[in-house]
Amino acid sequence: MEYLLQIYGDETIWARMPAEESDRIAGAYMAFTKALRDAGAYVDGNRLQSTSTATKVRVTPDGKTEVLDGPYADTKEQLGGYYVIEAPDLDAAIQWAARCPASSYGTVEVRPVFELSVPA
Amino acid sequence: MTEARAAGGAAERAARESYGKLLAYLAARCGDINAAEDALADAFAAALEHWPADGVPRTPEAWLLVTARRRLFDGARREQRTQRLHEHLTRAANDAQRAFDRPGEIADERLASMFACAHPAIPAAIRGPLILQVVLGLDAARIASAFLISPATMGQRLVRAKRKIAAAGIPLRVPPVEELPGRLDAVLSAIYAIFSEGWDDPAGVDPRARGFASEALWLGRLVADACTEEPEAIGLLALMLHAHARRRARRDPSGAYVPLDEQEPTLWDAGAIDEAESLLLRAARAKRPGRFQLEAAIQSAHAARRFRGTPDWRAIAALYDELLRLTGSPVVALNRAVAIGNAAGAQAGLVALAAAAEDRRLLDYQPYWAALAELRARNGEPDEARAAYANAIGLCIDPSARRYLAGRADRLKT
Repeated sequence: MEYLLQIYGDETIWARMPAEESDRIAGAYMAFTKALRDAGAYVDGNRLQSTSTATKVRVTPDGKTEVLDGPYADTKEQLGGYYVIEAPDLDAAIQWAARCPASSYGTVEVRPVFELSVPA
Repeated sequence: MTEARAAGGAAERAARESYGKLLAYLAARCGDINAAEDALADAFAAALEHWPADGVPRTPEAWLLVTARRRLFDGARREQRTQRLHEHLTRAANDAQRAFDRPGEIADERLASMFACAHPAIPAAIRGPLILQVVLGLDAARIASAFLISPATMGQRLVRAKRKIAAAGIPLRVPPVEELPGRLDAVLSAIYAIFSEGWDDPAGVDPRARGFASEALWLGRLVADACTEEPEAIGLLALMLHAHARRRARRDPSGAYVPLDEQEPTLWDAGAIDEAESLLLRAARAKRPGRFQLEAAIQSAHAARRFRGTPDWRAIAALYDELLRLTGSPVVALNRAVAIGNAAGAQAGLVALAAAAEDRRLLDYQPYWAALAELRARNGEPDEARAAYANAIGLCIDPSARRYLAGRADRLKT
């Protein structure tokens, strides 16, 4: 199964963080990504720009496209990145989520990816 | 006609004895409890249709398994399920065929089902009900009434939980040894919730007939037998046996409530107590104490009244100290205060109880007010005691406990 690991954390901590600390975390992410690849569990992953760069788009019932600035919701923790991983079951996905550096400074939400149907 | 009745009887027996086992077997292989339930229900319906005419098969379990497997396949084809499910079903089909060839070898996967039902990704409050339904095949309405939830709501929550097990890929397997201690606690807590559901105090204060005590004991034995290296699993079984041993002593012949301290020890089930005591000794050898072992040890200290006439309140208070340190539970703090009241006097008990009541959740908990009333009465404060009894009576669910408390209040000196 594929799982999306959504990385939530307080994005304002990065600005206040000493350089060696953010280097250490970046290194931890590289090691985590490598471990995922080595295990054949890596499908995709990215860090996102801060929520101040976000734009919301929706089309109203009368067909007008509305573009709004800012993130979707104002919360303490923001989506800062994601991984898509391949894991045999939820327990294995939880193991990877726990190894993700984000789980020690924020929260990792594990969501199964909807599987597309194939004819049996 | 007799044929039909024999066939119906065989189907019913198979349903009672094998339902949980067959469901666990199918679910462990297709990963979808809802789909496995539907298929098994179809198989039982088919049995009622075919067995009267064709005769009861030599191996009813295997017949049901093969039929249910076919239904699962049909369902998967109809709904064009995923590749993964298809693979699981192929495996299940092969296994089912083997079971058909060699009956009596259907692997018992009920423990695996239990770990899925009590997975940390499943909400804690639904784990016990889910185990009752999936492992024991009880219907949602009966579970709902014991857990004081409307049948519709209970049904919804059960379906949602089973859907999550399938959709999120929660594995239906017993966790590997290194993960077992962390995962076992949730299973044990769910079983204890099943055991104590409907009681204000499973240790012996609430006399109502319990819905699922024997079911919980059965589940507790299954886990304790499988996890022989886990002292908490054994401790839970000992705890439940101790409480279960007193079931006949909780009411007098007129049906009135009898509190633990006034129960007649000869009415206790000596066999159950002896088994609990030897289990507790076995658990203690691992030298890894835990919540359930401590609670069982407290029950053991109460049971010692069989021989020495009074319970060892000092020992009980000390055990509660340890249990409170471990759990921080306000109910444990309350029971500890009662034990201190008996070991060191009402004054000391009241001090401990006041500390416990800093957790405001106790204020709508009937046993808190009953304990306060007893301690006030013994401390020579009849007016305060009467007020506390009134609060306890107002929070009572069981009529016989209500009568008992009203009787205590009436006997207070003015």
